[in-house]
Amino acid sequence: MRLIPPRGRFMLRVDDLHVRFGAIAALRGVSLHINQGEIVGLIGVNGAGKSTTIGSIIGIVRPSQGSISFENGSLLGLAPEAIIRRGIAPVMEGRRIFPALTVGENLRLGAAIRRDPAGIQEDLDRWCAFFPILGERYHQSAGNLSGGQQQMLAIGRALMSRPRLLLLDEPSLGLAPKLVAEVFALIGQLRELGMTMLLVEQNVRMTLNMVDRAYLLNTGAVEFTGTAAEMRQHADFERAYLGGAGAAAAATDAPR
Amino acid sequence: MTDFSDGIQFLISSLSIGGLYALMALGLVIVYGILRLVNFAYGELIMIAGYSLLLLGDTPLPWLGVAILSVIAAAIAGLLMERVAFRPVRDSSPTTMLITSFAVSTLLQSVALLTISPRPRPVRLPEFFVQSLTVGDVRIRVVDLIALAVTIVALVALTIFLRRSLIGIALRAAADDFTMTRLLGVRANLVIAAAFAISGALAGIVALFWIGRSSLVEPAVGLQPVLIAFIASVVGGLDSLRGAVLGGYVLGFLTIGLQTWLPRELLDYRDAVTFGIVIVILLVRPQGLLGGAAGGGR
Repeated sequence: MRLIPPRGRFMLRVDDLHVRFGAIAALRGVSLHINQGEIVGLIGVNGAGKSTTIGSIIGIVRPSQGSISFENGSLLGLAPEAIIRRGIAPVMEGRRIFPALTVGENLRLGAAIRRDPAGIQEDLDRWCAFFPILGERYHQSAGNLSGGQQQMLAIGRALMSRPRLLLLDEPSLGLAPKLVAEVFALIGQLRELGMTMLLVEQNVRMTLNMVDRAYLLNTGAVEFTGTAAEMRQHADFERAYLGGAGAAAAATDAPR
Repeated sequence: MTDFSDGIQFLISSLSIGGLYALMALGLVIVYGILRLVNFAYGELIMIAGYSLLLLGDTPLPWLGVAILSVIAAAIAGLLMERVAFRPVRDSSPTTMLITSFAVSTLLQSVALLTISPRPRPVRLPEFFVQSLTVGDVRIRVVDLIALAVTIVALVALTIFLRRSLIGIALRAAADDFTMTRLLGVRANLVIAAAFAISGALAGIVALFWIGRSSLVEPAVGLQPVLIAFIASVVGGLDSLRGAVLGGYVLGFLTIGLQTWLPRELLDYRDAVTFGIVIVILLVRPQGLLGGAAGGGR
């Protein structure tokens, strides 16, 4: 089952994005784009500006300069809910599920922008089959799910809006290695379905195995960009992120 | 009088007044959950329902119609309050919103004072508000029974709304993580307006029975209810809807219990004793009986 037409069409474009937090320049002219059907990685160490970039796209961070357009319409100045209604769904860092609500209520809220009850029910069935644990725990509090299961719920909830672009902010953060592999396998399955995705990650190796292209952010600017293969070959990149990354990855992957 | 009939009377009085307190607290907590604002102008929503009862009472409408219109008036007043006073300061500090709520409260009281009357005015009430039933040697005020029933109906209706409707689910989600709720495409304005409309409707229902007790309405009629609501919701946990209901009933049972069993010469100290017990509860559980550990949950 393909969710969307084949790749090729331009989808999201971020141009010369600047964000300031007081005296600190968090983003200094970030430009990136995502074509329809692509999976694009956004990688870099903590504080490089990955989350600020995502925050700008979904309207919770106000850029001081630059432009963001999605399917030829500007997103700048729109409220978060208006941006979501254009067809973008974020899976936020830390999962951000509603623990006091049931799994089913979390999923239903994911479809808040839709007005087709039959289609919503169809998608509920589809994603509960795709993530069997969500079907099993449908009537239980989401807070009782394990970390990995909560990540499934966060992704399933985002998919309920039938987004044309899925933003995944650090989906593997805080998960045990086995669950990290599961989450990446899941992203692979979504790729097979034709979902366009922006994947923000600190887990560089696994990300490069998954994405078509990637952007390496460093202190608020794009330091290097290219296909996954080009990224791997880039000498500095090799040294900074793949060679000596073991210790850094262990530190940032520790469960919170 | 037997112990049994005393017990029945105590139970019905406590459940009746406790239910009223629970509704008061819910009206405060449903807004607090989403905006982290203790809306002290909530009492003026009760006042507006009270003056609606007064003004509509002169028309030939049947009392039930007057009551329903008054509840609707309070709900609309809640919506207007949000739109006019709170929406412009929504992104400001919590202190700004709190001061805004005091300003709205003072303003509405002054308007009532200048345009209607600074004095208490009698409200037309139906017969059953002053009637009593006698079963065996148990004497029960009809209004207590009606308040009890209306409270339960309102609580059940609100529960169904919060569990079944999309806006209801969104309200519960927004109380936990407002930004994430918006990031699912839920409109912030819609959720906040819904919270204020529900708050207003609850204030309206409270007004019927609160004003029904004294049959008087005056500009400051909402002061005591808003204080009771605040105390009940702090006891229950400001961030918990269930806590608000529990806090309301706890306060109701405390008030009636002390009223019933405190020695006559200590009766004047009833409120002091009540608040003393409230302080003890909060010393043991600062987050309230059902409040989240961090007090905010976001």
